[in-house]
Amino acid sequence: MKPTNIADPNYFHKVVDCQWACPAHTPVPEYIRLIADKRYTDAYMVNWHSNVFPGILGRTCDRPCEPACRRGRIEETPVAICRLKRVAADLKSDIKDRLPVIPKRKNGKHIALIGAGPASLTVARDLLPLGYEITLFDRDPVSGGAMRTQIPRFRLPIGVLEEELHYILDMGINCRFSEEITSMKALLSEDYDAVFVGTGAPLGKWVDIPGYEEGKKNIHTGIEWLASVAFEHVDSIGKQVLVLGGGNTAMDCCRTSKRLGGEDVTVVVRSGFDEMKASPWEIEDAMNEDIPVLNFHVPKRYIVEDGRLVAMEFEKVRKEYDENGRRLLIPTGEDPVILPCDDVLCAIGQDNSFPWIERDIGIEFDKWELPTLNKTTFQSTNEKVFFGGDAALGPDNIITAVAHGHDAAVSIHQFCNKQDLSIRPDPLTTLYSQKMGIHQWSYDNDISNDIRFKVPHAAKDKTLKDLNMEVELGFDEEMAFGETMRCLNCDVQTVFTDQLCIECDACVDICPTDCITFTSNRDETELRQNMLAPADNEEQDIYVSDLLKTGRIMAKNEDLCLHCGLCAERCPTNAWDMRKYLFNPAKAENACQS
Amino acid sequence: MSYISKPRFQHPQLKTNDLGLTRRDYEGTLTTLCGGCGHDSISAAIIQAAAEMSLEPHRVAKISGIGCSSKIPSYFLSKSHGFNSVHGRMPSVATGANIANKELSYIGISGDGDTASIGLGQFCHIVRRRVNMLYIVANNGTYGLTKGQLSATADLGSRTKSGEESLYDNIDLATLAIELGASFVARSFSGDKQQLVPLLQAGLTHKGFAFIDIVSPCVMFNNTDASTHGYKNTWENYVALSEIDFVPMRTEISTSYAAGKEKEITLHDGSVIHLHKTGNNYEPYDKENALHHIYEYKKQGKIATGLLYINQSTSDLHELQDTVDKPFNMLSNHDLCPGNEVLNDINETFC
Repeated sequence: MKPTNIADPNYFHKVVDCQWACPAHTPVPEYIRLIADKRYTDAYMVNWHSNVFPGILGRTCDRPCEPACRRGRIEETPVAICRLKRVAADLKSDIKDRLPVIPKRKNGKHIALIGAGPASLTVARDLLPLGYEITLFDRDPVSGGAMRTQIPRFRLPIGVLEEELHYILDMGINCRFSEEITSMKALLSEDYDAVFVGTGAPLGKWVDIPGYEEGKKNIHTGIEWLASVAFEHVDSIGKQVLVLGGGNTAMDCCRTSKRLGGEDVTVVVRSGFDEMKASPWEIEDAMNEDIPVLNFHVPKRYIVEDGRLVAMEFEKVRKEYDENGRRLLIPTGEDPVILPCDDVLCAIGQDNSFPWIERDIGIEFDKWELPTLNKTTFQSTNEKVFFGGDAALGPDNIITAVAHGHDAAVSIHQFCNKQDLSIRPDPLTTLYSQKMGIHQWSYDNDISNDIRFKVPHAAKDKTLKDLNMEVELGFDEEMAFGETMRCLNCDVQTVFTDQLCIECDACVDICPTDCITFTSNRDETELRQNMLAPADNEEQDIYVSDLLKTGRIMAKNEDLCLHCGLCAERCPTNAWDMRKYLFNPAKAENACQS
Repeated sequence: MSYISKPRFQHPQLKTNDLGLTRRDYEGTLTTLCGGCGHDSISAAIIQAAAEMSLEPHRVAKISGIGCSSKIPSYFLSKSHGFNSVHGRMPSVATGANIANKELSYIGISGDGDTASIGLGQFCHIVRRRVNMLYIVANNGTYGLTKGQLSATADLGSRTKSGEESLYDNIDLATLAIELGASFVARSFSGDKQQLVPLLQAGLTHKGFAFIDIVSPCVMFNNTDASTHGYKNTWENYVALSEIDFVPMRTEISTSYAAGKEKEITLHDGSVIHLHKTGNNYEPYDKENALHHIYEYKKQGKIATGLLYINQSTSDLHELQDTVDKPFNMLSNHDLCPGNEVLNDINETFC
């Protein structure tokens, strides 16, 4: 293998698994250390700069970071990263004086943002400090988008939502709410320098089977029903409720139903329990509220009597795989299952919808009716129009929308400055030693052996009666500290300087997880087989040095490194050093600096 | 020393041995030696050797003298018996323990000061008495614990960190052991576990007195370019007389070697040492040949390593003394005081 190029900003970034997995690349270990230091406001600001909505995401994020967490590879459960983010938001002090200063003198550029959800608000947050004038449209009377309409208040209290929306709205946005854009052509004829579309995926799908027309008064699409609940247009539901679908919207629907009078609420999914798309913790929370999940039930018809929906019929199926490994659902041949119901909530997915974008204004769409985009710049085929969030690449999650927003803001800034959008600004990185003394580091390398702390919940009998009462209480200070101590500090990198190594083996002998091997150089496949301990997780790199004095190389398997720093503590020549690697993707403010 | 203890997390695919233990189960407390000390590599090699051999930790006794070397029994096999004895007196204590219980495996740990200076007399006699044990010298050519004076194994002309030159010829413990009748003599280097681990395993299995002199650099006080015991000099000048593999008893031998390139030595319990010839065509059965090779290499400034000498036909202390098989603590009253009849039988032999 060739010596590893640690100057490549992605090399050490990849070692920080949580940050690498995060669409917005939030520097997770950095804010976890700040929480451990009780510097909650600082921790909040690290988050705010990166993911814009720490309090919201600390409650609702899909947490791609957690399955990636290295802790999950050396023991059973990852660090509760998402819940720690919430701690920073809960325990911070006033941050208003830390918010960016908005210049009084504008730069003369005017941007229209359509849809006041996380993507648009991120664009606004990134561009306002640069002097842009922003006009924000939304068909609803308030901002927030899906964060307000799709996430029930018992998961995201209104105060938390409003607070984080207002940090941005108060920067001075020209808000045009309750104003639905019905023609992109008309909008483009106005004098905007660029337009950003962040309208989400607003079209709910329903299960179109016999009986739908007759029963549709009591058949709702999940996202529209949740929005109606959020805007208080709906405050009750029938006693018997069936929720069709296994995603997070289905979980929100069933739990909301439970709070609006649904006594007998059941989730029904076509495929297996383990194939459900919902996050495991959301399924767990629903089941904790005594909501059963029936799997392998395929809906067949709505049963309507006297003009009113009374039940649904399902066919029972089992799972089989064909020779191509495709999953098939085969009817078991058992009697159909009839489940009585007063209301049905269809949470089987949602679609994008752009009937308001004319097809003759240079914005091309693909066969799925999604705009044709450059996936790095988020620019559409009309150079003035940018997309982000669910509107760009189809339904995803809040943190992805935020990441799109940052990238689109960079592009819009470059576009307005007539720069080449394909040349992206470099990320901001620093790498510096943590050495304080012979065996002292400026990070806490003594890893806790504790298992993951469980977040306490409010009493079920109370939360089920109150739609607005938050179920999760969040970590208190002590639990939060305990959880922070589980973090391995994967951003504190083991950096090896081959000229200093005397090949004493001290690092090999001390490494708790047998990451380090000194051996002859070979190609990667062979090298992986010749490591001291198995190194078969090919997603994780092998860090390879140049030739040492004996003609061997140092090879370190990054996969299971605990970042405990013992290699560096035992190294007599400082050939190993622990250096903190901070990585932040460039934002609009870092673009166009030359 | 490090301020933190070694995290208990381990590689999830770490191999378990016949006892269901992993290498980590053979560790001791975290070392307090200087980072980069060769002695830590010796500890690690012993841990690896014991784990691979499925040694039962409670059937091992670790005995040491005084010095940096003699601290290391703390850092491996924490579930074994241990005795950190008096300076240079490890051989006496090991002999006593061995007499009292011949069933345990004995690992003696000593250093060049402990063995070649204050304990040289004791060393000579334990070799001569053929105590069934593995005697390890962690040899760094310096008194590290007292901050770097020349020891008796420092080579003529070698210099300490402070610049002091050795005016005397060194005591070569390996040749001394061969002369005095050790039946297994090897030399190795703490930096080369590929060689050291099988040598330790062979030494632990060998019946009789096994001695391994391990060059183990003192990174703090004797690791300059002018020192013959530093990493640089050792990496550059050590020569393996033959490459060694150890195949423990019970293990199916699956590796095949080219004919004529290899020598097999079957130990008393059925374990096998494989020696792969390196061009030297070295025969480890002949004392004079062994001494000749060691001296020849030394003349060139080289260090001959590997299995230097083995003789499996000598009797050990227990056979010579016809000692009782049972450990002393298992002897019953009847064993110790067998009664009047036996006394009469003994007395009659004097008639």
